[in-house]
Amino acid sequence: MQRKMLFAAALAGVMGASGLAQAEPTEITLWHAMGGRLGEVVDEMTAEFNASQDEYKLTSIYKGGYEDTMTAAIAAFRAGQQPDVVQVFDAGSATIINAPGAVFPVEDLMKKYGVGFDIDAYIPGVRYFYADSDGKMIGMPFNSSTPLLYFNKEALTKAGVEPPKTWEDFEAIAPKLVEAGYVPLAQSHSPWIFAENFHSRHNIQMATANNGFDSTDVKILYNNDAMKMHWSKVKDWKDKGYYGYYGRNWGDNQDAFVQGKVAMWLGSSGSFGGLRKSADFDFGTTYLPYWESITKDPKGTFIGGAALFALSGKSDEEYKGVAKFFEYMTKPETQFFWHKETGYVPITTDAYALAKKAGYYDETPDAEVGIQQLSLPAGEWTKGYRLGYYVQIREVMYKHFEQLLNGDETVDAAFDGIETESDELLDRFKDTYN
Amino acid sequence: MKRVQFSGTPLPYFFVLPQIAIVIVFFLWPAAQAVYKSFLLEDAWGLTSQFVWFRNYEDMVLDADWVNTAVFTVIFSMIIAFASLAIALTLAVRANDILRGASTYKTLLIWTYAVAPAVAGLIGNLLFNPLIGSMTHLLHALGWEFDRASNGFDAAFMISLIAVWKQVSVNFIFFLAGLQGISKSVQEAAILDCRSRSKRFWTITFPLLAPTTFFLLVINMTYAFFDTFGIIDTTTRGAPGGSTQTLVYKVYTDGFIGADLGGSSAQSVVLLLMVLVLTAFQFRFIERKVHY
Repeated sequence: MQRKMLFAAALAGVMGASGLAQAEPTEITLWHAMGGRLGEVVDEMTAEFNASQDEYKLTSIYKGGYEDTMTAAIAAFRAGQQPDVVQVFDAGSATIINAPGAVFPVEDLMKKYGVGFDIDAYIPGVRYFYADSDGKMIGMPFNSSTPLLYFNKEALTKAGVEPPKTWEDFEAIAPKLVEAGYVPLAQSHSPWIFAENFHSRHNIQMATANNGFDSTDVKILYNNDAMKMHWSKVKDWKDKGYYGYYGRNWGDNQDAFVQGKVAMWLGSSGSFGGLRKSADFDFGTTYLPYWESITKDPKGTFIGGAALFALSGKSDEEYKGVAKFFEYMTKPETQFFWHKETGYVPITTDAYALAKKAGYYDETPDAEVGIQQLSLPAGEWTKGYRLGYYVQIREVMYKHFEQLLNGDETVDAAFDGIETESDELLDRFKDTYN
Repeated sequence: MKRVQFSGTPLPYFFVLPQIAIVIVFFLWPAAQAVYKSFLLEDAWGLTSQFVWFRNYEDMVLDADWVNTAVFTVIFSMIIAFASLAIALTLAVRANDILRGASTYKTLLIWTYAVAPAVAGLIGNLLFNPLIGSMTHLLHALGWEFDRASNGFDAAFMISLIAVWKQVSVNFIFFLAGLQGISKSVQEAAILDCRSRSKRFWTITFPLLAPTTFFLLVINMTYAFFDTFGIIDTTTRGAPGGSTQTLVYKVYTDGFIGADLGGSSAQSVVLLLMVLVLTAFQFRFIERKVHY
């Protein structure tokens, strides 16, 4: 009996405490997909944001990989338990942007809650990637990276060659690298590097309806001559031993470079920090090569990575906190810290200027290559793409690229397959999200 | 023998109620949901949905990828079931025969039972790593240009090997128990009648093991269909070119990663029916030949 009373007293105590909590700051939550060191940096930023003011308390929760985080957010949203902010990756952005009323557009949110918003403050490659067809920013670009060429300086010196600017250059130096005992090239993400950014770099349209920004009624345009030429070359390189394919696992391809087996590797600007720790040789970075036979005037690439989306169905109080948080996130100091700690590019021109002024690029010039590439002149087709079920479309591409590389399919058959299967998926998406 | 009967009282129903409740809440209700969702085109967030009858099924059957996956799943399951049963049976017969150190052998063989499929996948992934995997080096030394990254057969070989390795121990336990359940007098009588060891096995031991084998066949097919998910997810993720993708894995990638709930539900309903038909078939045609 006595124990029961004690329990009741304890319960009352707990309830009293939660009653008190009402006076405490408004809680806002962020679900993110940044594991390992990246997660630690997010935690540090969260702590700093919380310390910077006392009206709101942000809790950041790591939810696993990009897909896990998105799935968790979807499940929570359906149950009415969604977080205030969720990090959604590039290929999944159509699923959240096209769902009517799932998000509170970041531009509206920041304007409504009085923290101000100017889309021109963002660097060109980032600006419209998560925007709607009218150019209104829906998601706040968060971790943004872009594909770069990393090269093993020792290997290139040994072969007596310079890092390639164009794929023509690459073809010229590849035999020398093979002679020096290296696999000249590997890359870690075929759809992202050899399809999406291939189109941006050469300023080629990748889908109808303005790369999918204008409508969900869209067809894929991957089945074009430039793309087919590139992939027949890739197949040729693989057969000649110029190109090593270590599977679709990002790390397996990166490891081949880190272990000095591969001389040049196409990865993400975000890989820079990790490589600096893991590679015990001197390496450099340069822009993603382009085909001179396709264009004499190469454009910038667009970003990969993820953005922060404010989900709908929350109170004014919480949105105010989210606006404050977004304001904090876009501050030059925050962005510079994020850029330095992770290798992701700073998303605003002010942050980029700050990093320059602080002399960061004097010590580590390679850290600047990503943002320089994103700041290259924009073309008509460099602002991004908005394609539904793009996660599945990437799977389709992987499938056909792999069949092409192992000789099960001709280049023509592979791209016919990509076109048909992608269009079927886009059609399903259109009918689902209309 | 006297049979116990509780005729006319609701008491037995009351006792099975918890079990039935669990079945309804955790099996029937979600299955019904899947059937319902399979007729819908619904956005991931549940904001809009429309009833489209058999559109999802139509899209699924017309999808060459799904057809390939289905074919692969059936072949893969048969290979896994057959190989792991055959290896386990051989090992069980051998382990049952030895006199000295029998328990050491048995323990070692049963050991891998404790390994979860995902962990088995991680181990296999490391062993077959293209750069540092010792199995890759071994196969290369044997003259097989093993390349799991772009060769579909090699990748399928790898996951089959891992799946079989993981499953042999389970089958081994059951076969060993089954072998020990065969009465000594029958075996001794057989020895008097027939000198050939293999003939004795096929005419006496194997038929007497039939109930165990049949049970294991059902279990192994289900294992190959569903439980290999962990292995695939930690090794190939269906690559290269979808050549190691099973139906369950496709349900997962389309539904959870791709956020296409209608299409994924339609696939899972078909999967459900396939397993139902398979089990019914096994009970109808194979069980007839089993003598308990």
